[in-house]
Amino acid sequence: MTPMPDPAPADPNTTHPLLQTIGLTKRYGDFLANDKIDLEVVPREIHALLGENGAGKSTLVKTIYGLVQPSAGELRWQGAPIRLSGPAEARSLGIGMVFQHFSLFDNLTVAENVALGLDGKEPLKAITARLADVARDYGLPLDPKREVWQLSVGERQRIEIVRALMQNPKFLILDEPTAVLTPQEADQLFVVLERLKAEGRAILYISHKLDEVKRLCDTATILRGGKKVATCNPKRETAASLARMMVGTEIKEVMPPAERRTTVPRLVVNDLTLAPAELHGVRLQNISFELKGGEILGIAGVAGNGQDELFAALSGERLVKEPGTIILDGLACGNRSITERRKMGAAFVPEERLGHGTAPRMRLSENALLTGHAASAMVRHGFIDAAATLRTVDLTTETFDVRKAKRDPEAASLSGGNLQKFVVGREILRKPAVLVVNQPTWGVDAGAAAIIRQALIDLASAGAAVLVTSQDLDELVEISDRIAVMFHGHLSEPLPRAEATRERLGLLMGGANLDRKEAPHAAGA
Amino acid sequence: MVLVEAIILSVLAASTPLLLAATGELVTERAGVLNLGVEGMMIVGAACGFAGAWMSGSIVVGALCGIVAGMLMSLIFAFMTLGLAVNQVATGLALTILGIGLSGLIGARFVGERITTAPKLSVPGLSDIPLVGRILFGEDAFVYLSLALIIAVWWFLYRTRAGLVLRACGDNHVSAHALGYPVLRIRLLAVLFGGGCAGLAGAYLPLAYTPFFIPGMTAGRGWIALALVVFASWRPGRLVIGAYLFGAVTILQLHAQGAGVGIPSQVMSALPYLATVIVLVLLSRARTGGSTAPAALGTVFVPDR
Repeated sequence: MTPMPDPAPADPNTTHPLLQTIGLTKRYGDFLANDKIDLEVVPREIHALLGENGAGKSTLVKTIYGLVQPSAGELRWQGAPIRLSGPAEARSLGIGMVFQHFSLFDNLTVAENVALGLDGKEPLKAITARLADVARDYGLPLDPKREVWQLSVGERQRIEIVRALMQNPKFLILDEPTAVLTPQEADQLFVVLERLKAEGRAILYISHKLDEVKRLCDTATILRGGKKVATCNPKRETAASLARMMVGTEIKEVMPPAERRTTVPRLVVNDLTLAPAELHGVRLQNISFELKGGEILGIAGVAGNGQDELFAALSGERLVKEPGTIILDGLACGNRSITERRKMGAAFVPEERLGHGTAPRMRLSENALLTGHAASAMVRHGFIDAAATLRTVDLTTETFDVRKAKRDPEAASLSGGNLQKFVVGREILRKPAVLVVNQPTWGVDAGAAAIIRQALIDLASAGAAVLVTSQDLDELVEISDRIAVMFHGHLSEPLPRAEATRERLGLLMGGANLDRKEAPHAAGA
Repeated sequence: MVLVEAIILSVLAASTPLLLAATGELVTERAGVLNLGVEGMMIVGAACGFAGAWMSGSIVVGALCGIVAGMLMSLIFAFMTLGLAVNQVATGLALTILGIGLSGLIGARFVGERITTAPKLSVPGLSDIPLVGRILFGEDAFVYLSLALIIAVWWFLYRTRAGLVLRACGDNHVSAHALGYPVLRIRLLAVLFGGGCAGLAGAYLPLAYTPFFIPGMTAGRGWIALALVVFASWRPGRLVIGAYLFGAVTILQLHAQGAGVGIPSQVMSALPYLATVIVLVLLSRARTGGSTAPAALGTVFVPDR
């Protein structure tokens, strides 16, 4: 092991480390999730933990929080070695955690949720009172009596933070806290974090948003493939140098075409209103837009504002009564099935790649058939042409650089990024006239994301109409010609890319400007 | 008047096994476990309860035998679904089939035997009050026990921390685990409680309802208890109403047949089941807002460590 020079430790004359991991290792079978990781966090510090998906960030913090037992190595708290039997012991030391996928209970009230995260015998009434105090003190308003399912994502995160703060932690772990927030909500969170730091607490901040880390964090530890690759001061690095350390190689820049020519409208939605099919679903309200060939329309918005419902209506997973509500290449098809829509030249990539985009335990060739049976030559006289399905797999593999162990493995055996390249590639290779894609690069490493984004741009340049829904604003700004925002089932007027600043999009994502229609921008023309 | 009193008394008696079994299943399901083996645990409880009472001559021993038998049955279920993470629906159905066979084996020796059923309560003075006296103060101990149990369950679920943790496990086991609660251990206890209640409900039949044991004497009551939990939308208060409503339908159809109502007896016997279906449809139509079912119901949980 070669010692890594630390370019800039937080501040050498502050106190001793609050928490240290020394050679921390976690092994799952043959797989090393964490490989000899050394980490040092001092009080009054916001310490970033950077890394791609699968770099081992989550495993490391779960170990620190006592959820996972390390296979080797040592954990030190204020200099003394510790062994944690579970999260309760971690909490009693002063370690708090805010989970990425919130550890909340939808059908319980805010106060009950908070009570579950506290140890001891404090009665619910006392917790409710203290909850109101802490919430007011930190400017995180919460109604203790409401049930969680009624709350917005931002409010849910507030519960997690207040719950952690009520234990008065010395050390707080936040796992990708801004992934689901609007830019304005994120700003409010940063104010709270700065205050916690000023109070002398230490914060371990997990993220892969480099701008955020540069702005907020004093120190950054970067993980790659389960190993620590560097510790640095993110303020002295550039976003590009941080990305290089995270990924290990240079990331190919996505090249937008110099000029894109739009043709006829290929996907038109007229006043689409649809009641939710699920219990906590969102009602789609009077959604209208027009998407021309050669154009990419981005749909931004915080998750759960109707994006899934819109996808279901566009793909034909849910039918609408009035055929003219959805027009594909001039043909009214609101009441046509997903297969009929595919025959008309549409293709769909849902958000969830395992279970929705693919059948996890089926082979890639079978998964290719599942979306390609209607409009590709994979079925002859009712029989499957196995050679044709395999050819589709091979072609997708080659074109989109899908890495896999054998020629035709089960979908579930591929890594997230490679499966996503397969799912997107499978549809693009059918040369669709209209592609509707939801979260094209969700949970995908930067290299694969660049390939997928480039493919979407190239598809549009070739004349297809592409509708991209994403929660990643940077992605939308990078590839879209126009961007609209979904909020509570409404879709805003699309903004041309040049006018779609983070601030404007952020306001729309938070529900501002809902009634006031934007001035006509000659959009998309 | 005497007829009305007789009907109410028989309704209370017919409702008690439903209430007992459904109380246990309610707790099990609130912890996120769907045990479809209620019918099987009940019938084994009936056979063992009768065997225990016949051999010892004591109703209390019989009831305890029923409880233990139901718990042992549920332990098999817990081992499969919690220990080995087998599908809960399949395991529950298998448990019912196993229970029906097992009860025949255990009970074969006792078919045709009789015991003295549990005595009715008799409070001098009170039990003799016309009309309400026998209804309020003249039932067997199981009737009062079942009511005390459901009140205790309500208090436990909504007024204690342990009850909150149990509901949390049923709502989201991943979160409960992430907060450091022993999901599987809590579920094991809930399943055992459900098994004990089902066993007692089964034992009630030969110990208090009829003085003998016959194979298959639960006659689908376990399934009704399962439907009752849904009917009650997992709330203890509604469970009491539902259990007595279902008991009443069962008894009224008997009396209607006796009175010569011109409907085929098969249709009348199907009434409780029909009522279940109708109520389920109404409930799902009337549902607004929050989920009524425990969100993690019926899903297996394997903690990563």
